[in-house]
Amino acid sequence: MKPPAFEYVRVGTTEEAVAELARDGEDTKLLAGGQSLMPMLNMRLAMPRRLIDLNRVGELEYIREREDGVAIGAMTRQRAVEKSALVARQVPLLADAMPWVGHFQIRNRGTIGGSLAHADPAAELPAVAVCLDARVTVRGPEGSRTLTSEQLYRSYFTTTLASTEILTEIWFPAPPARTGHAWLEFARRHGDYALVGVAAAVTLRDESIAEARLALTGVGGRPTRARDAERRLVGRRGSDAVLEDAADSVRQTIQPASDIHGTAEYRRRLAGTLTVRALRLAIERAGRAPSRTT
Amino acid sequence: MTPPEIAITVHVNGRSYAERVPPRLLLSDFLRHHLGLTGTHVGCEHGVCGACTVLLDGAAVRSCLLLAVQTDGAQITTVEGLAGDGERLHPLQEAFREMHGLQCGFCTPGFLLTAVELLRDTPHPDDLTIRRDLAGNLCRCTGYQNIVHAVRRAAELMGRR
Amino acid sequence: MTTRAIGARIPRNEDPRLLRGHGCFVDDVNPADGLHGAVLRSPHAHARIVSIDTSRARALPGVDLVLTAADLGEVNQPTPLLIPNPHLTYPRTPRPLAADEVRFVGEPVAFVVARDRYLAEDALAAIDLTWEPLPVVASVEAALAEGAPLVHADVPGNRAARMAQQVGDPAGALARAARVLRERLYIERSCGSPIEARGVAAEYDRRAGTLRVWVSTQAPLPIKNGLARIFGLPEFKVDVIAPDVGGGFGTKIMLFYPEEILVPFAAIRLGRPVKWTEDRREHLIAATQERGQRHDVEVAVDEDGRILAIRDRFVHDAGAYTPYGIVVPIITSTQLPGPYRLRNYAVEFDVVYTNTAMVTPYRGAGRPHGAFVMERVIGLIARELSLEPAEVRRRNFIQPHEFPWDVGLTFQDGGPTRYDSGNYPLGLELALERIDAADFRRRQAEARRERRYLGLGIGCYVEGTGIGPYEGAHVRVEPSGKVYVATGLTTQGQGHHTTFAQIAADALGCDPADVTVVTGDTRKFNWGAGTFASRGLVTSGNAIGIAARKVRDKALRIAAGLLEVSLDDLELTGGAVRVRGVPDTALALGALATVANPIRYAYGKEASEAALRLVKPREGAVLAPGEEPGLEAYAYYAPPQATFASGCHAAIVEVDIATGDVKILRYVVQHDCGTVVNPTVVEGQIHGGVAQGIGGALYERIVYDDQGQPLAATFMDFLLPTAMEIPEIEIIHTETPSPLNPLGIKGVGEAGAIPVPALIAEAVDDALAPFGVRVREMPLNPSRVLELVTEGRERGRGAG
Ligand SMILES: Cc1cc2nc3c(=O)[nH]c(=O)nc-3n(C[C@H](O)[C@H](O)[C@H](O)COP(=O)(O)OP(=O)(O)OC[C@H]3O[C@@H](n4cnc5c(N)ncnc54)[C@H](O)[C@@H]3O)c2cc1C
Ligand code: FES
Ligand code: FES
Repeated sequence: MKPPAFEYVRVGTTEEAVAELARDGEDTKLLAGGQSLMPMLNMRLAMPRRLIDLNRVGELEYIREREDGVAIGAMTRQRAVEKSALVARQVPLLADAMPWVGHFQIRNRGTIGGSLAHADPAAELPAVAVCLDARVTVRGPEGSRTLTSEQLYRSYFTTTLASTEILTEIWFPAPPARTGHAWLEFARRHGDYALVGVAAAVTLRDESIAEARLALTGVGGRPTRARDAERRLVGRRGSDAVLEDAADSVRQTIQPASDIHGTAEYRRRLAGTLTVRALRLAIERAGRAPSRTT
Repeated sequence: MTPPEIAITVHVNGRSYAERVPPRLLLSDFLRHHLGLTGTHVGCEHGVCGACTVLLDGAAVRSCLLLAVQTDGAQITTVEGLAGDGERLHPLQEAFREMHGLQCGFCTPGFLLTAVELLRDTPHPDDLTIRRDLAGNLCRCTGYQNIVHAVRRAAELMGRR
Repeated sequence: MTTRAIGARIPRNEDPRLLRGHGCFVDDVNPADGLHGAVLRSPHAHARIVSIDTSRARALPGVDLVLTAADLGEVNQPTPLLIPNPHLTYPRTPRPLAADEVRFVGEPVAFVVARDRYLAEDALAAIDLTWEPLPVVASVEAALAEGAPLVHADVPGNRAARMAQQVGDPAGALARAARVLRERLYIERSCGSPIEARGVAAEYDRRAGTLRVWVSTQAPLPIKNGLARIFGLPEFKVDVIAPDVGGGFGTKIMLFYPEEILVPFAAIRLGRPVKWTEDRREHLIAATQERGQRHDVEVAVDEDGRILAIRDRFVHDAGAYTPYGIVVPIITSTQLPGPYRLRNYAVEFDVVYTNTAMVTPYRGAGRPHGAFVMERVIGLIARELSLEPAEVRRRNFIQPHEFPWDVGLTFQDGGPTRYDSGNYPLGLELALERIDAADFRRRQAEARRERRYLGLGIGCYVEGTGIGPYEGAHVRVEPSGKVYVATGLTTQGQGHHTTFAQIAADALGCDPADVTVVTGDTRKFNWGAGTFASRGLVTSGNAIGIAARKVRDKALRIAAGLLEVSLDDLELTGGAVRVRGVPDTALALGALATVANPIRYAYGKEASEAALRLVKPREGAVLAPGEEPGLEAYAYYAPPQATFASGCHAAIVEVDIATGDVKILRYVVQHDCGTVVNPTVVEGQIHGGVAQGIGGALYERIVYDDQGQPLAATFMDFLLPTAMEIPEIEIIHTETPSPLNPLGIKGVGEAGAIPVPALIAEAVDDALAPFGVRVREMPLNPSRVLELVTEGRERGRGAG
């Protein structure tokens, strides 16, 4: 299990990276944390001719408060996000999900940008981004553009990025007042990609649900937003029946696949169960959340 | 054709090495076969078993998922560098021996280096924390119990020093 | 040293080296000028090789050699059949490289040697093959179907073997019985997967004509002798070394693996050292695997739950070849009765070829399957008669006064299946007490009211261990006073460097830390078999004990002569012989070793002083006839038959009926392996065994699709449990020494793994009893657990 031969280019700035990509984007791979790309190279499932190493692009490594939200540079290590007090305060859902990404040694190297760009439908970060309507910035030969995280994902391991584009930043909005979050997932072993994961964000007004956001992993080719379930929740109180109704919608709308770790039917049931549990937890946390963000 | 070799300087266990390496050379192979530091073991080469764990600028990482060229200028600690030169073992090594935390010893270097970061982050960990942070390392011999006890014991020993 | 070394919890001699990263595993062996090998493996489960063209690969820079079947010539014979058996009517073993047909994904087709492994793997991609795919049988069901394609064209019905054994009159008892219960049970494929995969390095010295091979193996001696024959070399010119071995679990015992021939072949051909290190994907598709059986069992039972007869028919999946014979199903069939009085028993099995990886013993070696069947039968009876499973066990146990107990079957080693000693009822009660079974039903009922589902599971086993043929030992006291012990078998984590040292130290009255043990090096010890079947401590341990006592006797004899006292007046303690009660007469073992060698050039001050002080003017030859120089001895131990260890595990699990998750809340092990030499080491063996058992029950599964493609070929899919999945294990030691060997030892290497699937099945059954769930298969994943709940509910609805 050894990687195929490739050329190695180390860049120091985003601009250089974009220029290198523009020179020859085909058959070239960006190397971020390498925690997904390197196994694929070792197994020769990927055979790029050229690697562009982003690990010295310091300008892409940051966590900043911006426009009532938090902006994170693509090359920020997952471990840094996990430990960030700013993230814990302003994007609690991301903080909640972070420890579930692999193991701490993986997160020491793995990056936010790599995880988003890898587009594994079982990965936590894409679902968190989709749940919160995070915005992604990408840069190519023609300059920068911004897209919603839902627009980023096409299908299994495929984004809408052009081969000459680099994902540079993701921006998460801070939650409205009286919002609670929950990330729940079920994996075969601790640290594995989840069979199903659920991100929930619920905002309360008085005792009822003013806004609900739900996104799932492992139930289709991309992180899946459960819009119908969200609609069914709005304006209602979080009773068992209401949560079950949302879970019903989830079970009906998703299209999971079977594999050796679980049948499609199992994933459907699991999605329902985790939806109820995540919503319940989010509502409970919303009830305790301050009525105004600080 | 074959891409050119690249010159790198890496500081391993306090010693500097200047070498030329092919771009695709894995850090694990570089340490083991170029530098002869065979204490770093390889169990899967796809990031799951943790046997190849080393400290890269102080952080525990999989050396099978890094290219040697990426570590140009970096500080690396392998199991050979844990105890220093003296007779004395590192408290983690002592604790592993005392608690029978190793059998075949193949996974052990990875566990030791993982535990270094674990105890640096959490000097007084409870068992759940230990188990959670060790979950990225596979052992086929011990059933983990004595490894968990060894890390707990090392925390005691280190607290005392 | 007044305390006995045997039974002491001493830290291990091997640890400091391993902890510092100074171990030496095969891939750490780096002979100068060495080359690296890679194996081209079949991507097809069954196909004919139409053509193979290696010219592009040979032309690549850095490539030194490309071998195909044709290049191997005479060497490419089918590898030896290790354990022939008359019932194995169609044995088939693989060739080092497939010649015209491949029979499983991963079967070696070509071998490349290059400057490094990277280039070698590049060259694999440049070998051009044309395949003609053949129809595949990927499961025993497919293999046994009417008109099924044949794995081996000349093996009708894909049936390698059929064997039957019986005691008493099972047919009669079944016919007469008022109650006969039946069940079909499955246990699926798994594998050992040590963290160090396999590896081979070889070096051939053309001038001396010597071949030296390092193999990550459990049995270097048979490999050495085999290689000598294959390459036409004298045995004394071949050395095989198993250096540090990173776990074996049975996977490293199958011999010959193709690479064990290919690597030396290439080294001889090139006159340069060659090394091949198995990667994880190769290990998971092409190293040997195990489990994989389907049982149809019938049990006749009386109104009190006493078993009157059992008849079991099973199919054993052999994979594509049978290099290890039919040992695994024989063990299953003979160990199935476990700790129970079973006077009428019939068992019959078919061994079936499939287009999957080869099957050879993996920790437990057929026993987990047998225990699963037997313990499921206990559960079946319990449910039928509304009894506690523990109670059914009590009513059927062999009683302590009934030993030796003859099961009445021929065991794997051709000897009797005769239990030497044990106390099964006591084991059960100890385990139940520790897990607080008396109070469990109350807690279970309470939890159910909160919709939490707790279950108690028990698993009992008897394990035939310590089988022959034999092992040997060489024990020598050096003039330094340090003791050197060599034995032929290997160590792969079992702590032999410590336990063997304890046995020698116990006989020699010295500190175990002063004893250095060498294993797995044919240069140091040239006789024996290897480490498998929980036999190491019984066979080598006893051989070392015997040899060490010979050395002790010689030391006493020499000392008696020097001190001019009678033997009876002497004692050997603290590494010295002395006249009882006269401390200043002490003669250190090292001094005696010096005197024992008539060429006593004084190597060092102490030695010369000892020689000057002790040696008297002599008459006649320096060595009396029959006398040998040195303070050393060789000894061998061949067990008369297997010795039978036993145990009882109990656990409490909680099943989440919304996710299917099975969480182990408590796990208790009672075990009896006779005399315990080092409790710490024994506990370690048990922890590891249980963890592997839990892996096999809830996480690990080798899966093939219907085209024989392996679907669990990485550690992302073959799920070894982590520290988060394995609970704390509480251990109760009971010691019923074996009457069969001098030390009273029984084996313990595999014990931990054996009853786990049976126990988990019983615990899940118990937890999900409200849904009428009955577990009939292993392993279980959460997805399957929920299916069982659904099926149970639907059945309940149908019935109600
Ligand atoms: C044992 C193990 C367990 C894991 N478990 C999980 C888990 O449970 N959940 C989970 O989410 N992940 C898991 N991972 C994957 C891990 O989170 C990866 O870090 C992540 O998926 C990829 O991030 P990376 O920085 O390592 O990217 P890389 O591996 O370097 O790159 C991944 C892909 O993204 C592309 N890419 C990287 N950065 C950019 C960029 N800025 N712009 C455009 N393209 C880019 C690369 O070209 C490549 O195609 C696991 C990994 C391992 C080895
Ligand atoms: S060898 Fe690197 S994680 Fe297994
Ligand atoms: S001690 Fe052998 S793998 Fe951990």
